[in-house]
Amino acid sequence: MRHTWALTVSRMRLAMRNRAFLFFSMIMPLVFLFIYAGILGRGNPEALPYLLADVLALTVMGSFWGLSVQLVTFREQGILRRFRVTPIGASAMLASSIISNYVLTIPTVLIEFYLSRKLFHMSGMGNLIAVAILLTLGIVTFATLGLVIASVTNTMQETQIINQILWFGFLFLSGATIPFPSLPRAIQRVAYFLPATYLVSGLQQSMSVVDPVKISELGLDLASMIGCTIIAFVVAAQLFRWEPEAKTPRRAKLWAAGAIIPFILLGIWENKYEHVRARAMSDYQTIERTSPPDPAMPSR
Amino acid sequence: MDTAVIEVQNLTKRYGDVEALRGVSFSVGEGEVFGLLGPNGAGKTSTVEILEGLRTPDSGRASVCGLDPQRSGAEFKYIIGAALQSTALPDKMRVREALDLFGSFYPRRRGTAELLKRFGLEEKRNAFYSQLSGGQKQRLALAMALVNDPRVVFLDEPTAGLDPQVRREIYDIIEELKKEKKTILLTTHYIEEAERLCDRVAIVDHGKVIALGTPRELKGRSGAVTRITVRMARPEANGALGKLEGVSECRAEADDYLLYSTRVPRTIVALVKHLEEQNNELISLEIAAPSLEDIFLELTGRRLRD
Repeated sequence: MRHTWALTVSRMRLAMRNRAFLFFSMIMPLVFLFIYAGILGRGNPEALPYLLADVLALTVMGSFWGLSVQLVTFREQGILRRFRVTPIGASAMLASSIISNYVLTIPTVLIEFYLSRKLFHMSGMGNLIAVAILLTLGIVTFATLGLVIASVTNTMQETQIINQILWFGFLFLSGATIPFPSLPRAIQRVAYFLPATYLVSGLQQSMSVVDPVKISELGLDLASMIGCTIIAFVVAAQLFRWEPEAKTPRRAKLWAAGAIIPFILLGIWENKYEHVRARAMSDYQTIERTSPPDPAMPSR
Repeated sequence: MDTAVIEVQNLTKRYGDVEALRGVSFSVGEGEVFGLLGPNGAGKTSTVEILEGLRTPDSGRASVCGLDPQRSGAEFKYIIGAALQSTALPDKMRVREALDLFGSFYPRRRGTAELLKRFGLEEKRNAFYSQLSGGQKQRLALAMALVNDPRVVFLDEPTAGLDPQVRREIYDIIEELKKEKKTILLTTHYIEEAERLCDRVAIVDHGKVIALGTPRELKGRSGAVTRITVRMARPEANGALGKLEGVSECRAEADDYLLYSTRVPRTIVALVKHLEEQNNELISLEIAAPSLEDIFLELTGRRLRD
């Protein structure tokens, strides 16, 4: 535990000195916030919490990208093998990634809340406890997914390709950019298998002022995130490689698929009952109803 | 050598088609500085990394202080210190932070301030790793290897690629460790390093130990052959010099002739006579006691840095 903490502090320092990290984890999310709240949400304060939920989800989901790249870089540069001759184990190395990422994401989240209130005059926000739980679990889940990606990819190129594909899915299928109700039915059915969909929908429901969701209603979503995180962590630790030239056998890559089992189950369940869709539809309609008839000319 | 700290028996290791180790055996006693000398690709790093627990041998046995490097956990890591062939740290990690961090992993540790001072890194304590010169990085690697005050220290090519002055600084540091009675296994392809630092040397080539002993023993074993380097005004047909009295072998190397002699005075007299007869002139003459380089050449027919 002591080792994990020392590593965590060190990782945080390194991250703060890394321009790419600062850009992707601090600047980019704020750019999203200004686009969402400043442009899309103009003149519609009712929609603000809903839009902030999208921005928060994008902030949280970014975790997997930075962590996978960082770990692969450490491995390829031979930095990890120096740690291997110390008493540090794979779990401490992985846990320090997750904890440092968590601690560094929180300030961005708080700034996003602050700006939404002060700058964009967001009046209310729904179930803050549910929001906090979702954010915490979300950061940890997506960070752990990043570690699995680092563990199953053999080169930086491979890591980046997988990151691009996943990020594309998280961005456009989850409802964070294109509202879920506007997605074609077939795509909605695919989106039910993505962890991102539940993070986005959960945050939207919790932030909603009109009818905030209760934590108990998110039980399945939260349980899937916890299950996914645990499996992903175990898989990442099992497949952890210290050596630059060590390769993951193709068979082992299937293990990584184990990490998404909870979301496959949840996806099947959702495909049957479609709670996410129903909730998204009703919220979407509420916002449409409250939005001014013509945003260009507010009827004041 | 009743207490062997490092024991290696019949190690073999293969990477694809390459047989890196073909049955390496040796043992190192407490407080001894043991050198693995050989050209690149001889199997030195594979041997050391098996002992550090970074690689697994295909067969054979390795133990350090009675512990199996591949199976032991923290208790093994506590007693070893290692400077890898290329120690890499994150670019934006500061020197002081690296020593603090690695030190924090051990229950028993040396202070960062003490290490910085000892390795001449005080001025660089707040520098990023990426800002260090090659010599400074190597000194930091050595400092990190000692951060837990280990019983056994592995130094893999500690001076490779450094200029002669920096290399000598590192020698001083290793000699100090020797005084502290640390058991040290070092690999090198520099003869000077092995001769100066090592109590015993194993000459390694193509994955095998081809000679083992103190530098003095090894040199003695070469049949007390002395090398005479001769340069003449006119080149000679090689055969004639090789037939001079006492000469066991003759090689031409660039403009020089290397005569290996068992009876130096007689060979010199014969050489001068021969030159007079041939009406040739002697430009330079150098007599050198056998070095480990000569031993290596004798054993393998190749130079170390071929």
